[in-house]
Amino acid sequence: MRKWECIVCGFIYDEAKGLPEEGIAAGTRWEDIPENWACPECGIAKVDFEMVLMAA
Amino acid sequence: MHPIAIIGSGLAGYNVAKELRKLDKETPLTVITADGGQFYSKPMLSNALASHKLPEAIPLNSAEQMAAQINATVRPHARVTAIEADRHRIRIGNEIISYSKLVLALGADQIRIPLAGDAADAVLSVNSLDDYARFRAAIKDRKSVVIIGAGLIGCEFANDLSAAGYKVDVIDIADQPLPRLLPPAGGALLKAKLAALGVTWHFGTGVQAVDKAGDRLQVTLANGRTVAADVVLSAVGLRPKLELAHAAGLKTRRGIVVDRHLETSAQDVYALGDCAEIEGLVLPFVMPIMHAARALAATLAGKPTAVSYPAMPVLVKTPACPTIVAPPASGAAGEWRVEQNADSVKSLFVDAAGKLLGFALNGTATAERAKLAQQLPPVLD
Repeated sequence: MRKWECIVCGFIYDEAKGLPEEGIAAGTRWEDIPENWACPECGIAKVDFEMVLMAA
Repeated sequence: MHPIAIIGSGLAGYNVAKELRKLDKETPLTVITADGGQFYSKPMLSNALASHKLPEAIPLNSAEQMAAQINATVRPHARVTAIEADRHRIRIGNEIISYSKLVLALGADQIRIPLAGDAADAVLSVNSLDDYARFRAAIKDRKSVVIIGAGLIGCEFANDLSAAGYKVDVIDIADQPLPRLLPPAGGALLKAKLAALGVTWHFGTGVQAVDKAGDRLQVTLANGRTVAADVVLSAVGLRPKLELAHAAGLKTRRGIVVDRHLETSAQDVYALGDCAEIEGLVLPFVMPIMHAARALAATLAGKPTAVSYPAMPVLVKTPACPTIVAPPASGAAGEWRVEQNADSVKSLFVDAAGKLLGFALNGTATAERAKLAQQLPPVLD
């Protein structure tokens, strides 16, 4: 499981935890998050999220 | 065909360009900026010490990389001196650039309060990457910083500097941190947590003068006390940049007035971000910029699109006391209901019918952000 960090606001998406409150189940891979999803904290779009791979 | 011209290379300017390119890859695009034209995250300037980032490591892309990415001409270090809206052109000194549509993403200036003293001009403020580089150079190998202003930027810098080992004093005429965003219980927790980190607060008093004292500075407060510091940072608030729009005859109030399509009082001239005022709202945060950038990009691509804002809670980057605020609309009728324990304050602003209109969460209560945000009314429906 990996973590991805929003380059604008620092929000971290942790695949292991998912975002259950947004309907994204724990264990959801980054690739499987809808393309129209946006950072819940700053609104930056997934497609140009330029997320940083934090850990393999 | 004349290009679409964007003035400003902050998150507003560049995100309009990026969103536009998703819809229209062809229309010529020119980005003109007084800054260096790097794409960077301004919100990250106030926690760069904790994330061990030097100023030069903050930009994500150079002006050249951005030009390639968004297929645009990027003009760094170019200051637009006039807008001639009736002729669809702008001036950079003697140079004239004609545009088809113009986007003002000018940003805001840090408000500077007038100060007495022989070192008043040594007071720094941070509202750009260049400012931040100057600030980091000033604090290098120094030990103490006085911050004027206990608002969002002041508190974030206080947390970042204090966690990095600096002695930090914060001065504000209010009687708590984030006076406009937090009800008293939340303010008290944030104040206590930052104090525990080492921040010294000076509330209920302003700054009168900043004077030289050897190779340090002496800050004189309105209450007569003095505080010694190596560096003084002013963070008392933002003021939209209006001069260019005002000189061009565009309608301005607190910001450059735009309609729901982000169009100013001049045809084919649009504005968004920290410089713009939409239905009385000036919202200098990333989330509204992103919503505005998407709507404006669609409009520029030929599909007129009005902007709407959902509830947009704002994260305050004070790790010593995680804080998220969604202030009620100005003038909203209701009252704060507060639940608190040692490490958490949940403040809910509800109307007479019990409907949630705003909130402020501190500490572990921040875990409820998403659930509560869903109950909030949209900021702009």
